[in-house]
Amino acid sequence: MLTIRGPVSGPASSPRVALRDLRKSFGSTRALDGVELEARAGEVHAVLGENGAGKSTLMKVLAGVVAPDAGSVTVDGAPWTPRGPADARARGLAMVHQELALCPHLDVAANVALGIEPARLGVVRGRDLERLVVDALGRAFGDRAVDPGVRVSELSVADRQLVEVARALATARAAGGALRVLVLDEPTSSLGAADVERLFALVRDLAAAGTTILYVSHFLEEVARIAGRFTVLRDGRTVGAGEVGATSMDAIVRMMAGRDLGEAFPRSARTPGEVILSARELGGAHLPLEATFELRRGEVLGIAGLVGAGRTELLRAIFGLDPVRRGEIRVGVALGPASPARRLAQGVGFASEDRKGEGLATSLSVADNLVLSHLGPSGFGMPRRAREAAARFIAQLGIKCAGPDQRVVELSGGNQQKVQIARLLHHDVDVLLLDEPTRGIDVASKAQIAELVDRLAARGKAVLLVSSWLPELLGMADRIAVMRRGRLGPARPADRCDEASLLREAVGV
Amino acid sequence: MKRLRPLLRQPWLGPLAALAVTYAIFAALAPDTFARASNAVTMARQTTVVAIAAVGMTLVIVSGGIDLSVGSAVAFTTVVIAAMLKAGFGPWVAVLAGVAAATGSGVACGALVARLRMAPFIVTLGAMSILRGAAKGLANEQKIDCDPRGLDALLAPGSWPLVPPGVWVAVLVGVIGALALRYTRFGRHLYAVGSNEATALVCGVDVPRVKIAVYALAGALAGLAGIMEFSTLTVGDPTDSVGLELEVIAAVVIGGASLSGGEGTVVGSLIGAMLMAVIRTGFTFVGVHNWVQEIATGGIIVVAVALDRLRHRSR
Repeated sequence: MLTIRGPVSGPASSPRVALRDLRKSFGSTRALDGVELEARAGEVHAVLGENGAGKSTLMKVLAGVVAPDAGSVTVDGAPWTPRGPADARARGLAMVHQELALCPHLDVAANVALGIEPARLGVVRGRDLERLVVDALGRAFGDRAVDPGVRVSELSVADRQLVEVARALATARAAGGALRVLVLDEPTSSLGAADVERLFALVRDLAAAGTTILYVSHFLEEVARIAGRFTVLRDGRTVGAGEVGATSMDAIVRMMAGRDLGEAFPRSARTPGEVILSARELGGAHLPLEATFELRRGEVLGIAGLVGAGRTELLRAIFGLDPVRRGEIRVGVALGPASPARRLAQGVGFASEDRKGEGLATSLSVADNLVLSHLGPSGFGMPRRAREAAARFIAQLGIKCAGPDQRVVELSGGNQQKVQIARLLHHDVDVLLLDEPTRGIDVASKAQIAELVDRLAARGKAVLLVSSWLPELLGMADRIAVMRRGRLGPARPADRCDEASLLREAVGV
Repeated sequence: MKRLRPLLRQPWLGPLAALAVTYAIFAALAPDTFARASNAVTMARQTTVVAIAAVGMTLVIVSGGIDLSVGSAVAFTTVVIAAMLKAGFGPWVAVLAGVAAATGSGVACGALVARLRMAPFIVTLGAMSILRGAAKGLANEQKIDCDPRGLDALLAPGSWPLVPPGVWVAVLVGVIGALALRYTRFGRHLYAVGSNEATALVCGVDVPRVKIAVYALAGALAGLAGIMEFSTLTVGDPTDSVGLELEVIAAVVIGGASLSGGEGTVVGSLIGAMLMAVIRTGFTFVGVHNWVQEIATGGIIVVAVALDRLRHRSR
């Protein structure tokens, strides 16, 4: 598939990044099992693959965090063997991490400059640091100014993602202006449309200036817009590569999954029953401003909207995590104050968009996570019972793991999400509040979660689904309401909506 | 007003206000004794040991660690100094040996925390017991009497302008510590490691080196505090400073540091140390029983942290 260049081609025509038969094992797990990749200078190269395909290990090898067992990495024709992350950055490689590698207690400036603080004899030079930071922030945030002195913990997720982008840009300066390789790992997962556009413009500028961009994403629409070529990984191996423009998205998805996915969004016959969850003129402390809706059994109600419109806050208010200041929420016939414990007792479960932060106890096992909210009929924590239940859900939802005792932190994103949903199912809730259930997970897991939601709705469960991915909402939901600036619009049948109309309503034109 | 804003954001502002109010209350209750300048000097002398150790502890806590071995390290240092003096070495050699011993212990703790990824609580808990035992063994389970060879003048009143030289040393350590934490790469990396270690690692911070350095520094400062302790004791006492580490940690926490790392300032910790000294001395002058003091001190630790949490939540 890839031919190794003969000695005729000098270093001038050698690719910027070339990976040959890269291998890396952790214990008995083969994370990388023969990765081939070639990207030229100034190219935006998409790296595609399901979660667990080996992308993150590959990025760690490039960043100098782990050393490969076998195979070679060359950058501009020279072997790439950084002694560590600092060395890799100094040699012109920057990275934007999907899991947002930021220090919450530090201010924006300190995060941008972390590891590359300009210093003389160990003393940080304030002027140089400020120049470095202000320039990088200006390019990452555009006219949406951000205060470099504000703590990162006070920023929205979207702004944090841009702080990471700014850090990558600052790396270029610290490396003497020569940013050779920029790795973007799901850089847009939390960004609103305007921020995505600015990021894309930045990426194009950098590419035009000769930087090679390795763009890791699950959003194939984005890949089609920004990338020139692509490489697909599956099970740690390169299974395909080519021009994005000359390959159909279907063909890429097939390479990623290794099979035809068929109908992406299954839809069984659903019969809406009685209203089980409703809100009337609901207002929170900050967001939402006003939300009125009714959710019936056997129905999936989708909520669209831009990042920051208040969708997450709506779910949190319903679940009793955020205070309710106005209006009322009714679960079945029950009114009254909400707390997560009370909601769970009423059969309402919440799957957070922040899986690692609040959705799961990641250092505990699959079984322990499953029984977090519901130990079992006896009320005692019986490890054997928990493991049995876990084994059942592992089989039922196809959770890829070593067994009920494996720690959740070791699972891929898609499988973590399945564990989170399994926790709600084990609790046997009637209403599922799902916040971005497919964010940052691979195509196959997305399809499985869509199938699962459909099955649940067909069985009479009610699902309130928040998603930023419109095809998913259109495919999964029965009705869709759009949230805009804290206000929830009227719900309309999904078959009377399309992406353009939802987007128009979300941005308010 | 705009220039004042960053000042108002300082986390040690609350503890400073508490210190001022407490001082004012005791000064009003005992104007003839507590409010005298000579008492302020006495309190400064009594705070010196805790203050110096608190600077080291602040660095450790900011990096997300803890050092329980401070009290034992101080006692061990006094014993080493006394033993050296008794063996006929000069005061400089004795002092350097004491600081070197405490620093060595810090390096060992740091290496275990950084390289073997052991929990700092466990490592320094072990060091606390080991150092205490070593001090007792070295001193043959009794105090070592010796000629202090001028070291007693460090904290003796009257020799230097305003306050004794030992207090000036503490002030200098505080200033250097505060500046280092704020303006050096090392200081910034301490906050980064304490806030999110994984991030610091991928950003190229040499996390193990930072950790070893911070425990070594804390050990060295515990040694320096041990010199000051020897200056007041004038003997090597292996049973001295039991529980000092808790007082030091309390000072740091009152000063606004978070035990989970990433937060804390040297200025805040020094204010915390002074606040505890004011309370202790103040109660004595007013004539309150010792047990009330202890309850009050404990209450203040809890209230200080509770206020800090409330302040965080309101933002």
